[in-house]
Amino acid sequence: MTAIDLDRAWDLHPLVSVRPEPFGALLYHFGTRRLSFLKDRRLLAVVQALAHAPTARAACLAAGLGEHEVPRYGRALAVLAQSSMVVGRTS
Amino acid sequence: MTATSVTSTASVTSTASVTSTASTTATASATSVPSTPTRLVDLFEYGLDAPICLTWELTYACNLACTHCLSSSGRRDPRELSTAEARAVIDELEAMQVFYVNIGGGEPTVRADFWDLLDYATAHHVGVKFSTNGVRITRQAAERLARNDYVDVQISLDGATADVNDAVRGSGSYATALRAVEHLATAGMRNYKISVVCTRHNIPQLDDFKALADRFGAQLRLTRLRPSGRGADVWDELHPTAAQQRELYDWLSAHGDNVLTGDSFFHLAGYGEPLPGLNLCGAGRVVCLIDPVGDVYACPFAIHEEFLAGNVRAPGGFREVWRGSELFRRLRGPQHGGACSSCAFYDNCKGGCMAAKFFTGLPLDGPDPECVQGYGEERLARRPPGTAHLPRPSQDHSRRAAARPVDLVLTRRPPVSECAEHPLAGLDPTLAGKGGTHA
Repeated sequence: MTAIDLDRAWDLHPLVSVRPEPFGALLYHFGTRRLSFLKDRRLLAVVQALAHAPTARAACLAAGLGEHEVPRYGRALAVLAQSSMVVGRTS
Repeated sequence: MTATSVTSTASVTSTASVTSTASTTATASATSVPSTPTRLVDLFEYGLDAPICLTWELTYACNLACTHCLSSSGRRDPRELSTAEARAVIDELEAMQVFYVNIGGGEPTVRADFWDLLDYATAHHVGVKFSTNGVRITRQAAERLARNDYVDVQISLDGATADVNDAVRGSGSYATALRAVEHLATAGMRNYKISVVCTRHNIPQLDDFKALADRFGAQLRLTRLRPSGRGADVWDELHPTAAQQRELYDWLSAHGDNVLTGDSFFHLAGYGEPLPGLNLCGAGRVVCLIDPVGDVYACPFAIHEEFLAGNVRAPGGFREVWRGSELFRRLRGPQHGGACSSCAFYDNCKGGCMAAKFFTGLPLDGPDPECVQGYGEERLARRPPGTAHLPRPSQDHSRRAAARPVDLVLTRRPPVSECAEHPLAGLDPTLAGKGGTHA
């Protein structure tokens, strides 16, 4: 699994809806009709922080992660980027 | 018809596990971070805040009379949800973030407000996938559908040839479906489905179905024949033989994610490797059914009082039924394998399909009637003779083959609505003739 560039800005794809659930969240992409399950509440917090953070790393820290946890969450974000749930943000 | 549920799992690394899914509409994957990933199936056993796959039968009215109709459709029910009530349900689904609904029937497109409801749902962020026999999929309708990213269409076809299809779905239905498929293909509709209920007669045609779908740029979807609705009457003759089940399993295994199954064949997981999918009965946990009169059942294949959770017209609406129903709470509790728990394959098949057991008169904590280890057949053989012991669906809207004299008996009619103005509103002579109400 290749990691994503943690030092750039990311966001949820505009066609993705997020539904929090007790175990984490459900993501649905209306464009690809794919459903994803976030099996971790903190990953949900990271995903939700992406839009307002200058970088993915900053989003992780804003979500309360420690530095040592960032690589693991980065790999989870890479999985989401692969299925276009999460996309690079330019502004 | 619309089957349900979500799907498959393949761990990628110890830190991020990806669950890839060919569900009815959705392809799903799961992303996890913890070093001991929980299986999705375990999370779902306790239910979700809102369903993932919600089936909504918009009407019991249908132009066809398929012998295996799981909702015993034919005639419109006078108590059908009005346009305003249907819109209110959509508003609730939007608030609950139900991403999409599987609309079926009956034939949903014969409702005069079908296209309005479709537009209303998609404008309110509720995607729609609907099942149709194709009767109203004209060239214009196909073009309209192709333009809407939030709509997915499923054309029902139960034979790759007219003779096999029409024997079950009625004369001319193959031509109707094919015409609809041609219109969708010409309009440039992408990702639409050709949906097949697998029977003894069409399992030899699996490759032909795939070729047909490929030819028209459609995705093939295969689902299981359930003994639900009128399906109970023909199940003995139509359900696949044991050898055909194996053939189907091998065929599905070979085609992987390219063929959708709506997760309906998880009982085949008893052969060994599970098929792509959740391999879990989602009834009341991740799926449920809203029927045309607003009754909410645990799953689309279980239209029976035993699985009735409530009605969307009651105070609190659909949300209250989903979250508060006693039945759903029970279904979300830990399930026990009963007679199956000592079987080596119980973890794979989880005892199979609740509705299939129920309508064939088998205990819910025992084997599926089509258990691939053969335990279901043993149980079926031990049932009392005849069909008197079998539960009947609580709704039957089948059209009668020919007009018959109606016995007039006085019955109490269920209220139609608080302000039904027409004096005959809600009167259904056929039902009155049976001397019963539907309720």
